[in-house]
Amino acid sequence: MASPVIEINDLRIDAKANDEWSAIVRGVTLAIHPGEVLGLVGESGAGKSTIGLAALGYLRPGARVSGGTVRLQGQDLFAIPEDERRRFRGTKVAYVAQSAQAAFNPAHRLMDQIVMVAVDRGGLTRAEAEARAVALFTALKLPDPAQFGSRFPHQVSGGQLQRAMVAMAMICNPALIVFDEPTTALDVTTQVEVLISIRNVIRDFGVAAIYITHDLAVVAQIAHRVAVLRHGVVVEEAPIAQIMDAPQHPYTKTLWAVHEMPVDTSATHLQKGAPLLTISRLSARYKQFEVLQDINLQIGRGETVALVGESGSGKSTLGRVIVGLKEPSGGSLTYDGEPLPPLVSRRSLGTIRRVQIIYQSADTALNPRHTVRKILGRPLALYHGLRGARREARIQELLRMVELDPTHADRLPGQLSGGQKQRVAIARALAADPELIICDEITSALDKVVQAEVLRMLLELQARLGVSYLFITHDIEVVRAVADRVVVMQSGRIVEQGAKAEVFAPPHQPYTETLLASVPDMAVGWLDRIIAERAA
Amino acid sequence: MTRKPRPILSMVASRVGLGVLSLVIVSLVIFSAVAMLPGSYASAILGQNATPEAVAAMEEQLGLNEPWFLRYLGWLGAAAMGDMGMSFAGRPVMDVIGPRLLNTVVLASITAVIAVPVSIALGIVCARFRGRFIDKFLSTSTLASISVPEFFVAYIVMMVLAVKLQLFPSMAGIRASMDWGDQLYRMVLPILTLLLVILAHMVRNTRAAILSVMASPYIEMARLKGEPEARVVMRQALPNAIGPIASVVALNLAYLISGVVVIEVVFVYPGVGQAMIDAVRNRDVPVIQACALIFAAAYIGFNLIADVISIISNPRLLHPR
Repeated sequence: MASPVIEINDLRIDAKANDEWSAIVRGVTLAIHPGEVLGLVGESGAGKSTIGLAALGYLRPGARVSGGTVRLQGQDLFAIPEDERRRFRGTKVAYVAQSAQAAFNPAHRLMDQIVMVAVDRGGLTRAEAEARAVALFTALKLPDPAQFGSRFPHQVSGGQLQRAMVAMAMICNPALIVFDEPTTALDVTTQVEVLISIRNVIRDFGVAAIYITHDLAVVAQIAHRVAVLRHGVVVEEAPIAQIMDAPQHPYTKTLWAVHEMPVDTSATHLQKGAPLLTISRLSARYKQFEVLQDINLQIGRGETVALVGESGSGKSTLGRVIVGLKEPSGGSLTYDGEPLPPLVSRRSLGTIRRVQIIYQSADTALNPRHTVRKILGRPLALYHGLRGARREARIQELLRMVELDPTHADRLPGQLSGGQKQRVAIARALAADPELIICDEITSALDKVVQAEVLRMLLELQARLGVSYLFITHDIEVVRAVADRVVVMQSGRIVEQGAKAEVFAPPHQPYTETLLASVPDMAVGWLDRIIAERAA
Repeated sequence: MTRKPRPILSMVASRVGLGVLSLVIVSLVIFSAVAMLPGSYASAILGQNATPEAVAAMEEQLGLNEPWFLRYLGWLGAAAMGDMGMSFAGRPVMDVIGPRLLNTVVLASITAVIAVPVSIALGIVCARFRGRFIDKFLSTSTLASISVPEFFVAYIVMMVLAVKLQLFPSMAGIRASMDWGDQLYRMVLPILTLLLVILAHMVRNTRAAILSVMASPYIEMARLKGEPEARVVMRQALPNAIGPIASVVALNLAYLISGVVVIEVVFVYPGVGQAMIDAVRNRDVPVIQACALIFAAAYIGFNLIADVISIISNPRLLHPR
C-alpha cells in the first residue's frame, strides 16, 4: 500500500477559554491513503473542525498544539514555522468550508479567487489556471462554465457557490481536501446536487479527502471509512459499511437518534372541536415580489403541523404572518373563531400571548446580557403580571419543564450550550401559556442527539399542555418524528397537504417526490442509486 | 445578457439629492439663527448716535427691514450663483472671504495630501501587526493625540519647534506678496499640528475598519489558501473596508476646512476661520452667513463623496444579480 497522504499521530490541541487552556483534541490518530475518503463524524464541539484545520497546519486563534504530529506527505507540519507551513495550504492540501457564501470574498470575482493560489504558488500562468478552472466548472456541472468565473459571489446561488469552492480547492490538484460540513447549509434538494458533484470529482481526480459532517446519512454516500469523534477522542473507526450495519460503540449508536425516534401515530393528543387557526386565501408580498399566494391551512388544537419546503419557499414568511410580524396583502386569519388582526400592533395582549414563536438561532433570539431568570421573567410579568416569589416559582417550574437545572436561572445565554439555549427559548415561549407555538427551524442548528432530545421534550409538553405546533423545517427526518399533518410549500404556494401517512405514502405530488427523494437514506449506496436512476 | 436597471445610479442620485436638500435646510438654519441673534447691526454701528430714526434709516439702507423670508430667498438665490452679497462694511463678501478661503484650502490640501496616505498606511500596518509593538505604540500615541485639545497640541509644537529649537516661525502670517517657499516655510507648524490631530483619528478608524473585516470567514479562508498575512490584509480585507475608511477621511477633510478655526487663531494664519471670527466681532452678518454656509457645504460635500464611494465600492450594488 502506498504511504499515507496524511498521518495524524496522537494529536492533542488545547484551546484557551477564560485564560485557561483546556484540551479539545485529546490524542487523535488517523491516516488517510491516496484516493481515500475518511468521514469524520460527531456532534458539534467534538473537535471535528479543529482536526480538519490541523490537517492544513492551521489553528484557530487561541488554540495550540500540545502534543502529537500531523505529517502531510511525510512533512511534520507543526515542526516548521508558520511561514513554511502556509506554503502547503492551497497547493498540497485544500479546504472547503461550510458556508460558501461567507467563505468567498464579496469584493472579488469568482475566477480571481479561484485561480489565485495556482497563479501565485501553483506554477501556472493565469491562462492555464483559468482553463483548468473552466474544466473544473464543467466537471462540477456548473452552468455556463466559460462565463461562470466572471461573476461575483452574490450573483450565484448557494449550491453553485459551494461547487465553486470545490473548484477552488481542486485548482492546484492537491493531495488532500478537507470538506468541513460542505452541504449542511444547503437544502436537501441542493444538497444532492452538491454531493453528486463532490463525489464525482473526488473519484475522477483521485484526491484523498477528510469529510467532516454530523450527518451519518451523508457520510455514508461519500466516505470509505468513518471515524466517530466525541469530546476530542475517536471512539470508533471502521469501514463505512461496518459503521452503518454494526456500530460498536454506544455513542455511535446514538447518532441514529432522530432516525429512530418512536413515531406516534395514535393521534390521542389531538383534541376534538373547531380548528384553532384557520388561514384562508392568504397572500403576502415584499414590494412587488409575491412570497405567499393563496395559502389555505388549518391547525387544530393539540396538533403538530409540519411546514416543509426549501429555503425561499415562503415557510418562514408564513410563520411571521401568523404571529403578526409581517402584514399579509390579502386573505384572512381566523383564530379560535375570531378574526385575527393582521399586525401584532393591533392585537390585544391576550391574543399575542396565545401565539408564540421560537426561532432557529437561540444565539440571536436571546439577549446575551440578560440572565435566564430575566429572560423568562419578562413574559411572566407582561402576560400574567407575576411578581416576586410567585414569578420565581414559575421560572423554576418552566426550567423543570424544559429539563434544565434550577441553577441555570442565574446563567447568561453565553454560558449555556446550544441545546440549553434553545430550551431557554422554548421555556420563554411557554411562559406565555400559549395555545400555538410557531417553531421556525428550531432544531436545525442542533446536532442529532440534542435534536432528538429537544423534539421528544416538545412532544411530551404537547401531551401535557395540549399546545399546537406549527413546525417549520426543511428536515424530513424531523417531520417524520413529530408531525401529525404535513404541508409542503414551493415558491410561495402550498403544493400538497394532508396527514403525515398520506403525504409520505406514494403517489406523491412531483415536488414532494423530489423533496422526499433528496433526503439521503441511512444506507451505503443511496447516492449511487440516485446517480444510476438519473443516468437511466 | 439583458441589461438590468442599475440600482446604483438611482442610489447615487438620491444621495446627491439628499445632500442638496440638507444644504438648503442648513442654509435656512444658518439664516434664521443669525437673524435671531440679539442686538442690531445698525444700532451697534451707530453707537451713541443710535436714535430710532437713524437706526431705521440704516436698516432700510441695508435691507434689514424686509420680511425675513424675502431676505432669505434673495440671499439663497444669489448664493447659489456664487454671490454672497455685500458685507456690512461695504465690500462684496466674496472679496472679504475669497483670499482667506484660498489660504485655508491651501493649508488643508497640503495637510490632506500628506495625512490621507500616511494614515491609511499606518492603519493598515496596525491591523497587520495587531497586538505587536508597532500597533500598541501607534494605538497609544494616537489615543493620546486625540485626547489632548488641538490648541494644546499647537502650543506644544510651537514651544518645541519655534521657541526651543527655533526651526520655524511661530506666526504663520503669510501674505500674498511672499514667495511660495517662504509661505510654505511659515505654514510648517500649522500643517504639523493639523497632521497630528487628524492622523490620529484616521489611523485609529482605518485600523478598526480593517480589523472588523478581518473577523469575516473569507479572511480565514484566505489564510487556509496559504495567502501571506500582508496580502490577506491588502487584497482580502482592504477592499471590503473602503466604505468606512472613506467616511472617516471625509469627516477629517471637512474638519480641515471648517474645524481649523482654533489652529488658525493660534498661529495667526489668515484663513477663513479667522475671517469668521473677525466678522462675528463686527456683527458682519453676511460674512458670518457665508462662512457658515461654506463650512456646511464642505461637510455635506465630503460626506456625500464618501457615501458615493462606499456605494460604488460595494460589489452587490455595483454588479447586481
